[in-house]
Amino acid sequence: MKYLQGKAGWAILIALALLFPLVAGNNYQLYVMSLAFIFAISTAGLNLITGYTGQLNLGHAGFMAIGAYTVGILTVTYEWPFWGAFAMSGVVAGVIGFFVGVVSLRLKEHFFAIFTLCVGFIIYLIIEKWDSVTGGTVGIIGIPGPAPIGPITFDSAISQYYLVVFFLVVSLWLMHRIVNSLLGRTFIAIRNSDDLAQALGINLMRNKTLSFVLSTFYAGIAGGLYAGYVRFLGPDLAGTHYTFDMITYLLVGGIGTLMGPVAGSLLVAWVTQSLQFLQDYRMVVFGPLLVLLVIFFPHGIVGFYYKKRMEREMKKRAAEASRAQAVKKEAGTNA
Amino acid sequence: MLKIENLTKQFGGLTAVRDVSVTFEKGKINAIIGPNGAGKTTFFNLISGMHQPTSGRIIFKGVDVTRMRADQVARLGVARTFQTTHLFDNATVFDNLIVGHRLRTKSGFWDVVFNTKRLREEEKACRKKAEEVLEFVGLNHAAYRLAGDISQEERKRVAFALALATEPDLVLLDEPAGGVNPEETVGLAELIKKMVRHGLTVCLIEHKMDMIMGMADKIMVLDHGEKIAEGTPAEIQRNPVVIEAYLGSEHAAA
Ligand SMILES: Nc1ncnc2c1ncn2[C@@H]1O[C@H](COP(=O)(O)OP(=O)(O)OP(=O)(O)O)[C@@H](O)[C@H]1O
Ligand SMILES: [Mg+2]
Repeated sequence: MKYLQGKAGWAILIALALLFPLVAGNNYQLYVMSLAFIFAISTAGLNLITGYTGQLNLGHAGFMAIGAYTVGILTVTYEWPFWGAFAMSGVVAGVIGFFVGVVSLRLKEHFFAIFTLCVGFIIYLIIEKWDSVTGGTVGIIGIPGPAPIGPITFDSAISQYYLVVFFLVVSLWLMHRIVNSLLGRTFIAIRNSDDLAQALGINLMRNKTLSFVLSTFYAGIAGGLYAGYVRFLGPDLAGTHYTFDMITYLLVGGIGTLMGPVAGSLLVAWVTQSLQFLQDYRMVVFGPLLVLLVIFFPHGIVGFYYKKRMEREMKKRAAEASRAQAVKKEAGTNA
Repeated sequence: MLKIENLTKQFGGLTAVRDVSVTFEKGKINAIIGPNGAGKTTFFNLISGMHQPTSGRIIFKGVDVTRMRADQVARLGVARTFQTTHLFDNATVFDNLIVGHRLRTKSGFWDVVFNTKRLREEEKACRKKAEEVLEFVGLNHAAYRLAGDISQEERKRVAFALALATEPDLVLLDEPAGGVNPEETVGLAELIKKMVRHGLTVCLIEHKMDMIMGMADKIMVLDHGEKIAEGTPAEIQRNPVVIEAYLGSEHAAA
């Protein structure tokens, strides 16, 4: 599994994503994959605040909806070009995230979770009731797809798929930078114990807010992509079941790991697809599968991989240390 | 170094710390003792800014820190350890320590995006600090072990190392030898003395009397939130009020 580390690991995973259309039998598979990747971007954001910073945000889907509606409203009602609206999707979600964060992050643990659950529900209600702006229950239809960039157009399913892959890679690359830096260590310290983090001189509010804003920015971008991909929106997107879906992706893939959100959303998407033939009974199979997974892979798939890697490394280190000890002893007897 | 004036903390109807005044001098080992629930940890929480006092003043190095947040107090040079040691068990000891120096760095989000020189230098500085404090507490050999795999005594040392990584002037240690066997306690006491030799001021809470009596320059006794005595170990051992409080509480416990 060594080949999944470092630059080579990135190259292999990107190559797999790029080659997927060649093995995909039809556009429907590309569609499933693209949506899974869009949700992976949003889940990566949720992972930052919940997995790395330890604050369970149950309103995450609301921010994805804010990003999506930003694109929907700006392009359809105000006839903005797609890319301008898309740029705003992350910004609007992030700005609203900032204000929500400043208030809610003063609360700890389950109080924060319940508060954000309410925030998510309020976002849903606003979208549903504010007919004149959001189209209410009918939603928004006729959202334009991504406009061509120079000679590159995004009309075909493949090109849209590649566009999503591009944003996924950029999102993950930035996330990789964040979580492996001093900033990421700061977030992890807060997750580990906010009392200890504070005692180490970490400004809790400032860092939690930054993490929250970044996570809602990710949700917003994912929502913007979603709007341009699916081309119609309903208030449903803000529903808590989407938040819980994303939490499932995190648990399946590995919470607090870089690739967990991708692994989780892909696996769940394909398992759900392959259980499609069971129709209404698929949850009867999916539920137990999830339970088994959580029992045998409590840290998710990626977490399991990291753990094995860590164990191997520890063993190697221990062996090296004892060898060094032996050499030293030898030197001692010789002297 | 640290001057406390009429410090009081109430939790609802309960007064956890009542009108305590005391001064801790630079380069000394100050101990706080008292029965369970006497308000010792609360006293630390007040100094370190984790709780806001109901009334009173806290002056550290001549600065009034009474209303400061914990992270601000830490930046001014007060470090602390906790009664229970929280470490990130799935990471190595070394990884646990890197963040200890974070408060002396400035890199923010944009440094991360652009991978600036400042960020790279600060990351290097944090690693160097981690190595330094690991060496200081004598845990070089455990640097790459998982924090979840080390002994209780080693965990205490890691907690000391984390506190030291913040480059403090004053270190508050909450039961540094709690849950550690007698021989190891001697080793930890040595380490605390070493900290003082390196110019730090130490204030510790401890139930292990032989340890305290052997090393403290000054002892303050708390009981029901009140300071009932203060003095050298010899004075405290002779003090009838202290003997009464301890015997009283032990009788009650029995
Ligand atoms: N956050 C809090 N909210 C309410 N009451 C508290 C809080 N923290 C401490 N107390 C109460 O204050 C009193 C003093 O507690 P504290 O933890 O300071 O005692 P202690 O001297 O450290 O005891 P121990 O030796 O058991 O650690 C106790 O009655 C405790 O229940
Ligand atoms: Mg205590």
